[in-house]
Amino acid sequence: MADASLIEQRMTRVQRHLHLDGQLLTAIALLSGVGLAILYSASNQDMAELQRQLVRLSVAFVGMVAIAQVPPKTLQRWTPWVFLAGLVMLVLVLLVGTYGKGAQRWLGFGPIRFQPAELMKLAIPMMVAWYLSRRPLPPSLSQVLVALVMIAVPTALIIMQPDLGTAVLVTAAGLFVVFLAGLRWRVLLGALAAILAAIPVFWMFLMHDYQKQRVLTLFDPERDPLGAGYHIIQSTIAIGSGGVYGKGWLNGTQSQLQFLPERNTDFIFAVFSEEFGLVGVVQLLVLYLFIIWRGLYIACQAQDNFSRLLAGSLALTFFVYVFVNVGMVSGLIPVVGLPLPLISYGGTSMVTLMAAFGILMSVHTHRRMWSS
Amino acid sequence: MASKKGQGDNRLRDQIQEKRLFTRRAVLAGAGVLGLMGLLGGRMAHLQISGHQHYATMSQANRVRLVPVPPNRGLIHDRNGVILAENRPTYQLMVIPEQVPDLEETLAGLGAIIELEESDLTRFHNQRQRQRRFDAIPLKFRLDERDVAIFATNRHRFPGVEVEARLSRVYPQGEHAVHAIGHVGRINEQELQRIDSSRYRGSTHIGKSGAELQFEDLLHGHSGIERVEANALGRVIRPLERLDPNPGTDVYLTIDSRLQRIAEEVLGDWQGSIVALDTRNGDILALVSKPTFDPNLFVHGIDRETFQALQADPSRPLYNRAMRGQYPPGSTIKPFVALASLENEIKRASERVFCPGFYTLPGVSHRWRCWQRRGHGHMNMEDSLVQSCDVYFYDVAYRLGIDRMQEYLGGFGFGRRTGSGVPGELPGVLPSREWKRAARGESWYHGETLITGIGQGFFLTTPMQLAHATAVLANKGSAHPPRLIKRIERNDNGEVSDLPPEEKETHFKLRDESNWQQVVDGMIASIRGPRGTARSIAPGLEYEVAGKTGTAQVFSLGQDEKYDADAIPVHLRDHALFNCFAPADDPRISVAVVVENGGSGGGVAAPMARQVMDAWHAIERGQPIPRPDPPEEDDAETADG
Repeated sequence: MADASLIEQRMTRVQRHLHLDGQLLTAIALLSGVGLAILYSASNQDMAELQRQLVRLSVAFVGMVAIAQVPPKTLQRWTPWVFLAGLVMLVLVLLVGTYGKGAQRWLGFGPIRFQPAELMKLAIPMMVAWYLSRRPLPPSLSQVLVALVMIAVPTALIIMQPDLGTAVLVTAAGLFVVFLAGLRWRVLLGALAAILAAIPVFWMFLMHDYQKQRVLTLFDPERDPLGAGYHIIQSTIAIGSGGVYGKGWLNGTQSQLQFLPERNTDFIFAVFSEEFGLVGVVQLLVLYLFIIWRGLYIACQAQDNFSRLLAGSLALTFFVYVFVNVGMVSGLIPVVGLPLPLISYGGTSMVTLMAAFGILMSVHTHRRMWSS
Repeated sequence: MASKKGQGDNRLRDQIQEKRLFTRRAVLAGAGVLGLMGLLGGRMAHLQISGHQHYATMSQANRVRLVPVPPNRGLIHDRNGVILAENRPTYQLMVIPEQVPDLEETLAGLGAIIELEESDLTRFHNQRQRQRRFDAIPLKFRLDERDVAIFATNRHRFPGVEVEARLSRVYPQGEHAVHAIGHVGRINEQELQRIDSSRYRGSTHIGKSGAELQFEDLLHGHSGIERVEANALGRVIRPLERLDPNPGTDVYLTIDSRLQRIAEEVLGDWQGSIVALDTRNGDILALVSKPTFDPNLFVHGIDRETFQALQADPSRPLYNRAMRGQYPPGSTIKPFVALASLENEIKRASERVFCPGFYTLPGVSHRWRCWQRRGHGHMNMEDSLVQSCDVYFYDVAYRLGIDRMQEYLGGFGFGRRTGSGVPGELPGVLPSREWKRAARGESWYHGETLITGIGQGFFLTTPMQLAHATAVLANKGSAHPPRLIKRIERNDNGEVSDLPPEEKETHFKLRDESNWQQVVDGMIASIRGPRGTARSIAPGLEYEVAGKTGTAQVFSLGQDEKYDADAIPVHLRDHALFNCFAPADDPRISVAVVVENGGSGGGVAAPMARQVMDAWHAIERGQPIPRPDPPEEDDAETADG
């Protein structure tokens, strides 16, 4: 549509030479800054923890910049191999992986520990986008079925670890691709009906007890106030007691006095809500919303189906992170172990997230003229 | 070319359509995102606006803890302000396991500079299992100053170990007056049930005996409370506000420490008791029970061996003989019986009874012996008091009969508690027909009336009772119940109040004053008279004493056996007693002395009583207190009945 010079003009210097997106970059930096501040509070002013988080952010940032340099076409070529490698490693994890927090998630290569499931957060949408973009959209029913298998196999392997949070996320990422590719409404509705029908089966045969507990305590946290319900009770107390204006940075009693569990990882949003109140919460949600909007905008501006589907899926997956985490912390949905993106303490998921942003930036900054 | 171009056009059209399709879907997804974000926002608004009040309250309840602040216990003084019980900082070695890098090494290191008992370590480890890691656990109580100094110089070597000072009860005079003061100890299960938990919040100790127990309500005070901020583990972060405790009230006992000390010294190593009362107001001036123990042992929890040793000690140091020791009054009862005789017109004072050395009842072959086997001859009332003739009192008792005698003696307070309120006081036994039927299920015999008349048989009195009855006698039938507390001083507002004596009780009304005078004259004569059983205390006596010796049989002699002190094991020898009041014309003090297995009332007990009275005489006049003579062993000149 637009000619080359126009696109060139609309690209800033940063976009052109570093293949980075200024708006996304600003939002990410802002979010990381807020994250560090709240982590400082949530960790009881532990400078060492802050430094570790800063190192992770830096590593993840470098990863993002590196991936942003890779053109989407190259990414598209690598896709089947990345997916295959991810599958192999998922199998390996189940065979020789190391345990952490009651689940088998880690794979060690010498000093480097690695969660293959994290890779799958990118590999699945890439694979599905790769597959569906080989034919014109919308996909046929058989294509959709193949895509579903591509999603289901790694998801099943991840559930076996077990890691419910990541499973939810990768499934969502894959399904978003299918949805964005133009899945027909009647198929979509039919699938939804099938899922609803499958829930009892899922509940009875596939869910672990602790997962069932989480669901049950969601509906009635008081049934286990010192166990599984404790998290939700304490985090809703933290959020609610924050009120409109919050108790002030470093002054949240729920978090500073350690009533709030997992306050620097999965429940860090409760710390934020307690200390900054509804005013802070709305601003934070708007910031997240901006990032998602930017991701979807980039997807819409993308010039090929693979880039489009992948970018759209990654943006929506980022939203799933936010929704699941905030929904869980505020007691809206069951406790599913997902971090609050760019704010929670922790390494692996941050690298994956930033890599996703790298892909978005790559998609946006490698656009070319139609005619060329 | 054309077809290729057409394909290209188709492809281009497809691409435009695909882009449109994608954009539609993306917008749809964006709308979904917006909706769900709105849901999150709504949820947050719900929690933070409408739920705020509720959750703010819950968060407050989470963080605020109430920490009790125990009050300082009131001090115990004697009547002149001498401190008998106080609170002093004692030092204990506390360990906070969380802060100790290597517990074993630390304990070993501490053991090298401060002596740690095996029991200390065991208790420490037991407590460590139960407590949170950041709570300080006592490793050793009552460090002495040397330990504290040594630890202070080595402190840097032991992170997580500190010396804590806290106030503990200390009895600076040690065993002095221990049976009057009593002691405190850790609150036990039963006491926990009984006490008002809000008053005792945080308190660990409670009065266990003596004044500490009797005046617990005054001494303890009221616990305060501190609101503190605590974290989820219960660790206190900072204080928020404080409601100060109400300190205990200081108590001034009626005991005169100087007199008490004299009484303790004169009793020496004898087992027994001395009680001195102010006859004018019932003040307990001295309350001695021997042997004694160190009350400081009980404050921090006595160890098992020491406690068992105290319990098993045959001399029973823990036993308060003054209030709980029940002894036959022996001849000390005779003045009371004599007054009963006069007042009931059984005999006139001048009327004589012949004492052949024994007494018989018509139709009974048994001979009730006088202690003087060869007999006293003709005895009037005064003679019989002076020489303590048993036969005279057998006759009086027989003629009075048990019912009248019991009623009259009951008027002096025999057979019931004196009303002193001292914990654990026993009532003694004033035998009667009813008592015997209830206690023994038997009917009364005449012979028992006779021996009741000389204070033997079932008759039992406590030293306190004997001193009190003597005060009643001194006051011609009325007296204030004995009391241990004289004054209180509140620590919250400094208010001092002198407590009025207990309400005076009229025990009986004299029918004829001269009867009383004749009995008192007889008691005086038992000291001043050349044949008096207590004449040994007469030399140098500057005031008149009305007294009566007594010897209480521990061991029953057969009909014709002769009492031979040397042939009888010490613990079966007679108890020596003496009761008296002075000055005889204006009574101010009454004294009762019981010396277990002392043998002779006149030889052993009476001199002790005299020294106590001498001391009081000097104290009242502000004169130097005469040094007491050491108690004399068995030099009984006379064996009185």
